[in-house]
Amino acid sequence: MSIKVITEKCTGCKLCVKSCPFNAIEIINKKAVIDFDKCTLCGACIESCKFDAIVLTKLSPTDIQFPKKFDEYKDVWVFCEQKKGVVQSVAYELLGKARELADTLGVELCGVLLGENMKEEAQKIIHRGANKAYLVDSPALKYYQDEPYSKVLVQLIKEYKPEIVLCGATSIGRSLISRVAIGIHAGLTADCTGLDIDKKERLLLQTRPAFGGNIMATIICPNHRPQMSTVRHKVMKEAAENKHHKGKIIEKNYDSNIYFSRTRLLDIVEEIEDTVNLTEANVIVSGGRGIQSPENFKLIEDLAKTLGGAVGASRAAVDSGWKTYSHQVGQTGKTVCPKIYIACGISGQIQHLVGMQSSEIIVAINKDPYAPIFSVATYGIVGDVFEVVPELTRQFKEALKR
Amino acid sequence: MNIIVCIKQVPDTTNIRIDPETNTLVRSGVQSIINPFDMYAIEEAVRLKEKFGGLVTIVTMGPPQAEEALREAISLGADEAVLISDRAFAGSDTWATSYTLSRAIQKIGKFDIIICGKQAIDGDTAQVGPGIAAFLDIPQITFVKKIEDIKDSLMRADRMTEEGYDIIESPLPCLITVVKEINEPRLPSLKGKMKAKKIEIKKLEAKDLDADPDSLGLKGSPTKVVKIFTPPPRKGGQILEGEAKEVSGKLVELLKGEICL
Repeated sequence: MSIKVITEKCTGCKLCVKSCPFNAIEIINKKAVIDFDKCTLCGACIESCKFDAIVLTKLSPTDIQFPKKFDEYKDVWVFCEQKKGVVQSVAYELLGKARELADTLGVELCGVLLGENMKEEAQKIIHRGANKAYLVDSPALKYYQDEPYSKVLVQLIKEYKPEIVLCGATSIGRSLISRVAIGIHAGLTADCTGLDIDKKERLLLQTRPAFGGNIMATIICPNHRPQMSTVRHKVMKEAAENKHHKGKIIEKNYDSNIYFSRTRLLDIVEEIEDTVNLTEANVIVSGGRGIQSPENFKLIEDLAKTLGGAVGASRAAVDSGWKTYSHQVGQTGKTVCPKIYIACGISGQIQHLVGMQSSEIIVAINKDPYAPIFSVATYGIVGDVFEVVPELTRQFKEALKR
Repeated sequence: MNIIVCIKQVPDTTNIRIDPETNTLVRSGVQSIINPFDMYAIEEAVRLKEKFGGLVTIVTMGPPQAEEALREAISLGADEAVLISDRAFAGSDTWATSYTLSRAIQKIGKFDIIICGKQAIDGDTAQVGPGIAAFLDIPQITFVKKIEDIKDSLMRADRMTEEGYDIIESPLPCLITVVKEINEPRLPSLKGKMKAKKIEIKKLEAKDLDADPDSLGLKGSPTKVVKIFTPPPRKGGQILEGEAKEVSGKLVELLKGEICL
């Protein structure tokens, strides 16, 4: 990609200067000049320009040279994350999307499962639409560890040559697949929210948010195989279960040295403060500065409990020590996309919005009618959280009969 | 103990707000800052140095002005700074960035621990830390929220997970990526500021890295960006009016069907 200013069209109006997040544009002799050391080709200036004076030359998939033949690479793979011997829901979401991709490409969908005594779980992967499940079963793989998992996955990929590998953008997925991509020199796109196929070139079109979700980028990997992505949890729809779906479980076993890990897992600690984790939750009730004290968070917790949801917190609430960091939603905390997000006493600074604005329904309760949170809210309530939240809990309890 | 901290200079989004009229970002006058997660990485490195002795070297790959970020890191207690900058690196994706940083780290010399922030707030990939570890073939502990102990060349650390945390032990040298919970970064000291002004920043260019030129920059990057667009803004919602009881009633009616327990 490249960017340039068409000087004949540029009026020196400075709109682009203001729009640039990277301070890469200056007006010199009444014309915009881009500093290529600073420019990241984000495209913000293009939209700001009223005179169409800045052009970004985009690569189209057809412009790219395809020096290598990838005929030997086929099939779409999903790395199926398991915890405590149970395949995680993110894997089923990926199997749903990957089925579409595999059908478009006319290839098979394969699940990859690493763990101990996982045969039944492998069968579940088949029931969710996979044609094959590659199963590596070993006591050494019972719990996730970076090195054995990445070595086994690299080995499988080298052996069977998939053209696409998908993996959940979870803490395990992101640690694992980043190592794998280096080992096999594959392209890897993080935290995708959209996947599609360019059928002509057999390319995976990977769309992901960047710059906190304010810009979307579509990324391809033309000259390397497999094409790999981590995919955000809760974005794709889970593959339906069909107990009659038939597929093959391929069990693989390797030499013990592949399972060797320099790191050791000493303990797994689950913080029981919450029964529902934020990234899994369908409903999240979050509190911010407006909640005023740790005791008042009880109101938030009550509503969350009534709705079967999880408790979130803004950075302000976490920094004040009212909630632990594991509850923080936003740029320096977690990115969540539940079905319903209820923001209570949260003003909605951009750092918070980037962590929750892809939620399906956003409810904002705030006494300041000008709070930025209302600009993203599906339903806004201008009012006192201490009156509205308990009332909501009461009425939801009644409506949901619990 | 030799500690290397990898940092990135990013645009400061704390000054960014949303224009309520157009629903777009107002980005005027945005300054560059050290990636917030890297601030925790710097602080942790300085704390380890204070406890165990040693040297903290800050490394960044970026345009020449990334030198400011390095000087700021020095003011926060780091000892040395290395700027990896060359036009040849432009357009690097996470694969090429991990490769370039790992080559540079090998040039810098012996190290016991490499610390990175868990991810940068502009790209949000969280891929470069593990990428460097993979290139250097050293163990990693990602998303560290606490270093429990370092003894006999073994580090014990808490790795944050969705449900809580794992306690992991790794031999040194290793690479860790850190989350916000790990510490509270200090402010620059006067002594640090003086040092930051005077320090000579080491510079590394492509030719200094003994790197494969085909693996650098845009050329060395397996992924290519083909399209960039602004997502459609969220549609402005509906404001529910009335007393607490009334608005709650309205909201319950609207959401009741959406909540499946």
